Amino acid sequence: MSSVVLITIISLSLLGIIAALILYFVAQKFKVYEDPRIDKVEEALPGANCGGCGFAGCRNFAEAIVKSETFEGLNCPVGGAETMARVAKILGREAPEVEPRVAVVRCNGTPENRKRTSYYDGATNCTIVHNLYGGETGCPYGCLGLGECVEACDFDAMYMDNKTGLPVVIDDKCVACGACVKACPRNIIELRKKAKKDRKIYVSCVNQDKGGPARKACKVACIGCGKCEKVCDYDAITIENNLAFIDSDKCKLCRKCVSECPTGAILELNFPPRKTAEKKEPEKAEA
Amino acid sequence: MLKTFPKGGVHPPENKLSEGAPIDILPLPEQVVIPINQHLGAPAEPVVEKGESIKAGQIIARSKGFVSANIHSSVSGKVLKIDKMSDSSGYKQTCIVIKVEGDEWLETIDRSGELKKDISLAGEDIIKKCAEAGIVGMGGATFPSHVKLSIPPGKKCDVLIINGVECEPYLTSDHRLMIEKPEELLTGISLLMKALGVEKAMIGIENNKKDAINKLRELVPGYKGISVHALRVKYPQGAEKQLIKALINREVPSGGLPVDVGTIVHNVGTAFAVYEAIQKNKPLVERVVTVSGKDMGKPLNLLTRIGTSINNLIEYTGGLVDSTAKVINGGPMMGKALSLIDVPVTKGTSGIILLREEESRRKKTGPCIRCSKCVSVCPMGLEPYLLMTVIEKELFERAEKERIMDCMECGSCSFICPANRPLLDYIRLGKASVGKIIRERKQK
Repeated sequence: MSSVVLITIISLSLLGIIAALILYFVAQKFKVYEDPRIDKVEEALPGANCGGCGFAGCRNFAEAIVKSETFEGLNCPVGGAETMARVAKILGREAPEVEPRVAVVRCNGTPENRKRTSYYDGATNCTIVHNLYGGETGCPYGCLGLGECVEACDFDAMYMDNKTGLPVVIDDKCVACGACVKACPRNIIELRKKAKKDRKIYVSCVNQDKGGPARKACKVACIGCGKCEKVCDYDAITIENNLAFIDSDKCKLCRKCVSECPTGAILELNFPPRKTAEKKEPEKAEA
Repeated sequence: MLKTFPKGGVHPPENKLSEGAPIDILPLPEQVVIPINQHLGAPAEPVVEKGESIKAGQIIARSKGFVSANIHSSVSGKVLKIDKMSDSSGYKQTCIVIKVEGDEWLETIDRSGELKKDISLAGEDIIKKCAEAGIVGMGGATFPSHVKLSIPPGKKCDVLIINGVECEPYLTSDHRLMIEKPEELLTGISLLMKALGVEKAMIGIENNKKDAINKLRELVPGYKGISVHALRVKYPQGAEKQLIKALINREVPSGGLPVDVGTIVHNVGTAFAVYEAIQKNKPLVERVVTVSGKDMGKPLNLLTRIGTSINNLIEYTGGLVDSTAKVINGGPMMGKALSLIDVPVTKGTSGIILLREEESRRKKTGPCIRCSKCVSVCPMGLEPYLLMTVIEKELFERAEKERIMDCMECGSCSFICPANRPLLDYIRLGKASVGKIIRERKQK
């Protein structure tokens, strides 16, 4: 009886040792060298796998950044400067300065500004509506209000304002990963340079129609009149396809264009109130 | 037993309210708005300028590329402007706006009602002339006809199928055409047969149009090779692949074209347009549009000039009634709801349907109860519930594997779903996304 137990133990141990040896040699033979820094860099990253850097996930980004000699074109917008500095330390390089950015919704088509012309009761998905028709209002460029951007946000930095029917970006939470920009079928959302105290001036409209039809569809539409372009001292404003665009890299936030705009399409946000209130301050779309 | 296609299909209420109304001619509008893109393929390029005086039938935009179609003026008058205007989808596209002055036609066009049966042109010339006249598929898909008639080398076609099914509820424009212009239609079919070089043509008509079947059966002995076939009433029999299966029992392979199984399908409206283009020299500038709805005073079939505002048609038939909740461009199954009614009639506008609130409002969506009704009605043998789920989860590769591109958007699945799920909405989204992926792959 005891010999049976003994034989079993010995034979199984032998089998185990042989298998272990095979495994050991195979592992040595087929070993793939992996830079240990990749793991370290990955640990330093936020681990949200949001894809904001342009890679599928944090691991892929870490691989790319370790492989590359420079930091060119590689940036984790979520972690920001702090994370990039940590990554740079691991790799023994200097992190380049990347200006923080923030998402901005370029549409102010509230129910008061933009009249409803039809009623849609199909599937609640912006892309479906966009492929189907111009939308519930007369503006075929503006926000459809079904919140695909909000759904795409992994950081809870957006919500739908029930009153205006428009999405709102919470500046403090926005990490500029660009998921909402990709999700919006109408390219309304833009990543803009973050200024002090979250101040921003931007054209809150993407309507490319001529003045008449644009204004007819929405009270606060950009009509492409070019007044703002003329008044700007920094060449930050360009007009293309009947639409003004303020380049946030050039804009110095002087606010000259805001008072010049005849339709109120240019919004100024988070500024202290002006001393001489010539013009009514535009409605704040941001919380 | 009447023939039909074997797989799936539904039977929506027919509501052919205007089948007894003879084709009426809509008075000339004050101005027409003619979009330069009324067909599948590349938009045409305007060849007239602002302020130019033009005659009806004159070419105003020339086709660009092989898959494209010429566009002719439907009226005589002056070009007011060439500008971006809203089309039936609410998006803007380039349109030529013409102010109507009198009704002067090009001298070459024969506008008499006289029947011309003798075919003098050779096959190739017929195709050329179809292209010149800007003829597109009149069933609604608006695919340029000359492209369909040019059989790719290596392929063979032995039978022409003429689609007189008109399976969409409400629509009766093809039905009236078959009753009122049968000889013209049959001559048009003979022309198409000559262009394709086939000896045989089959006309498929659903059995709810017995008068059209009888009329054409009476006349076909006078035309060589044409036969009329009654089909069981079932939606979507008017779809190309379903009609081919029903009539000649051949199955078009997935991703293939009818010509792969030796046939070509044309609509009766197209055959009539071909007759007018070849025998009468008249380009495609007008079409029959059904204007119908349950609460309308007199549902009508109107011969309408292309570019007339849809509003004009509705006004002519008695105006919008209070109970109208939705105006549809096309049939209620596959047509699109309009967000504006001041948009032009185009080559593909087969009908304008005014729906009541209870007919048009979508009911509350519930969760999928796995009843598989959508699977049993899908004429293409797809699994709509599954496609919707994978599209919601953005699994486009899986959707492609599940043959999403075979879907022809007939809407039977959404029609039958007891939980009112927006199946077709998501499938369309999936088709757009998968189509994009396929195109990108081809480019690489």
